[in-house]
Amino acid sequence: MLATSPAFKDNAARALEDPSLQKALDRAKGGFLNKRGAAVAGLPEFERLRDIGRDIKNHTLQHLDFYLEEYEAKVQGAGGHVHWCHTADDARRAVLEICRRAGARTVTKGKSMISEELGINEHLEAHGIQPVETDLGEYILQLRNEPPSHIIGPAFHLNREDWEESFRASHTDLPKDRVFHERRDILTEARAKLRNKFLIADVGITGANFLVAETGSSVIVTNEGNGDLTQTLPRVHIVLASIEKIVPTLEDCTSLLRLLARSATGQDFSVYTTFSTGVRREGDLDGPEEYHVILVDAGRSNMVGTDFQDMLRCIRCSACMNHCPVYGVVGGHAYGWVYPGPMGSVLTPTLIGVDKAGHLPNASTFCGRCESVCPVKIPLPKLMRHWREREFERHLTPSTIRANLGIWGWFAKRPALYRMATRAATGALGLLGRGKGSFRSLPLAGGWTAGRDLPVPQGGTFMAQYKRRQRGARP
Amino acid sequence: MSRDAILGTIRRGLKRGPLPEDQKAMLRARMAAHPRHLIPARSRLDRAGQVALFIRNVEKEFGTVERVPDLAAVPAAVSDYLAAHNLPPRFAMAPHPELQGIDWSDRPLLEFEARKGAASDQASLQHGFAAIAETGTLMLPVAGERPTTLNLLPDTAMVFLRASRIVGAYEEAWDLLRAERVDPLTGGFMPRNVMLVTGPSRSADIEQTLELGAHGPRRLHVILLDDDLAAMPEAVAAAPDLRPEPARHPIAEPGEPASPGD
Repeated sequence: MLATSPAFKDNAARALEDPSLQKALDRAKGGFLNKRGAAVAGLPEFERLRDIGRDIKNHTLQHLDFYLEEYEAKVQGAGGHVHWCHTADDARRAVLEICRRAGARTVTKGKSMISEELGINEHLEAHGIQPVETDLGEYILQLRNEPPSHIIGPAFHLNREDWEESFRASHTDLPKDRVFHERRDILTEARAKLRNKFLIADVGITGANFLVAETGSSVIVTNEGNGDLTQTLPRVHIVLASIEKIVPTLEDCTSLLRLLARSATGQDFSVYTTFSTGVRREGDLDGPEEYHVILVDAGRSNMVGTDFQDMLRCIRCSACMNHCPVYGVVGGHAYGWVYPGPMGSVLTPTLIGVDKAGHLPNASTFCGRCESVCPVKIPLPKLMRHWREREFERHLTPSTIRANLGIWGWFAKRPALYRMATRAATGALGLLGRGKGSFRSLPLAGGWTAGRDLPVPQGGTFMAQYKRRQRGARP
Repeated sequence: MSRDAILGTIRRGLKRGPLPEDQKAMLRARMAAHPRHLIPARSRLDRAGQVALFIRNVEKEFGTVERVPDLAAVPAAVSDYLAAHNLPPRFAMAPHPELQGIDWSDRPLLEFEARKGAASDQASLQHGFAAIAETGTLMLPVAGERPTTLNLLPDTAMVFLRASRIVGAYEEAWDLLRAERVDPLTGGFMPRNVMLVTGPSRSADIEQTLELGAHGPRRLHVILLDDDLAAMPEAVAAAPDLRPEPARHPIAEPGEPASPGD
């Protein structure tokens, strides 16, 4: 997928001015949050499960090579194939080759973020194979030729009118004057259109929420049932999974599943949690005859042993973006690549380079809500701070910011001078702003005040207040 | 080549070579023992409590449950349910010996075929392997007698389930599968496919508003056979000493302390 992350600032500015997007974001506000809150409140053990989830993932990452090899052996034992793909290119090639060998013309797809990352659809189309997205949200995005704006609600940014308009424009065989009385009618039309695609597809491609080393299983979690139809009906099933999806046992997987749906949609459990293990057995009446796992690295193994290893714990629940004040006003597209919100701000620079995605870890208020809801306790603000440091070290930070930081640093290293200067500045601003609560603009700070007001300082500098309080606290 | 590159990069990151054999043996032993983690207290109930929790959770997820006293009552339950939803008295049935052994002649108008699911099916009757009270979840491992397509293609999915097959937590259902199934291909226990199903299919992709019946069934109906004396509320109320000791499926000991409040 082509990244527009370097243009994050323009993207964000445009998003703020987009009435349709703002309507969608407003409507969504509170939905995911309240549902997650209720689900978590209903499970008193949730906080302890978060520690368990973190520990399971850490244990796995410490022995990642071992578990991947064990997993591979189990898949092979169940008649499946594992295709190790170091780069995105390797993965695209492997998928195309399997589809070609199967003589595929139509390929159905379950929702998969790694597929977006690899650009599987574009690659198949370029080689004459028709991919069909079957997740309802992904389906309309394919009709509209748009990328997803949220990792579990890909059409998060669309309103009902957008659905109706796209369906009328695309389903031209249906009467033009049909009326969509309610959302249900939109769903029914999509269901009918896609049913046929499921039946004629030669290959089904799904992602994986987990891979289980103990059994060689791939696990998908869905509510619609599209992923299951995708992996059950065609003759060939391809699983796209990145290397960090692996967990040792079914029990480990089960503990993480208790966290996943609650953190994501606020359900206690998703409707369909399905474990696929190899090919159709003798005596089975349905299921694929070929089972392929595309095991994708594409930059992840480089994270092992670095500051960013913690990010490999991510189970893609979306709680961090649902609770992010920045995501909440700019939406997912502004981030410019596959993964938006706080997890994207950490992951995107790792996978496409901090030179392209340096704005993302800067687009954070560091309020810490993302970390406080993360089901596997990834220290997202700390990791964003790591990126800011690296960006600075590599001289990628704009020169005005570097110059100002230089001035600040010069003062900060000279405490007496620093205190004198801040005292003077606080006093001057206090005098200047007497009678009003805040400044709407300030000379030399136009860039800063364009987006927010600066409160008029009150009661002296932090250090002055601190000293006063220390004195007051003493007996 | 990719394989070596990936494993090599991981090992470089972890600052070591391939794991020594003794450590591998330790990790394999952990997989073989598959220790349980924390099991939530909510399902640590007696049999009657677990069955009641299962029913409550199925209903919370927009499914329905009808309890029947014996196998002979199943045809009437199926027939009445289809009629109540204005559906033709026709369904695809899992070719499971237990369902095929039922005397269906009681309801001669019911038509059924024992086979896998087809796209045109309006209704199906699946055989439930086990169920999990914790979230009202059915465990449906594929087999010749339990085709996966019956869970997915019909608009209305009915599932036959014995109350004695309801367990508290997912871990206990995995243990049933481990104990009872041998896979013809791998010699292990995992079949090609295990579906854990919690309520009917749904989507909230249109304006985050929930609609039932996305690609899978719009209705999920459980026909629950009360074969567990300890779990029958009427029986327990009428004669508490009917409770068999020990229960046929005792509450399994979880891997961690599991007293209520755990």
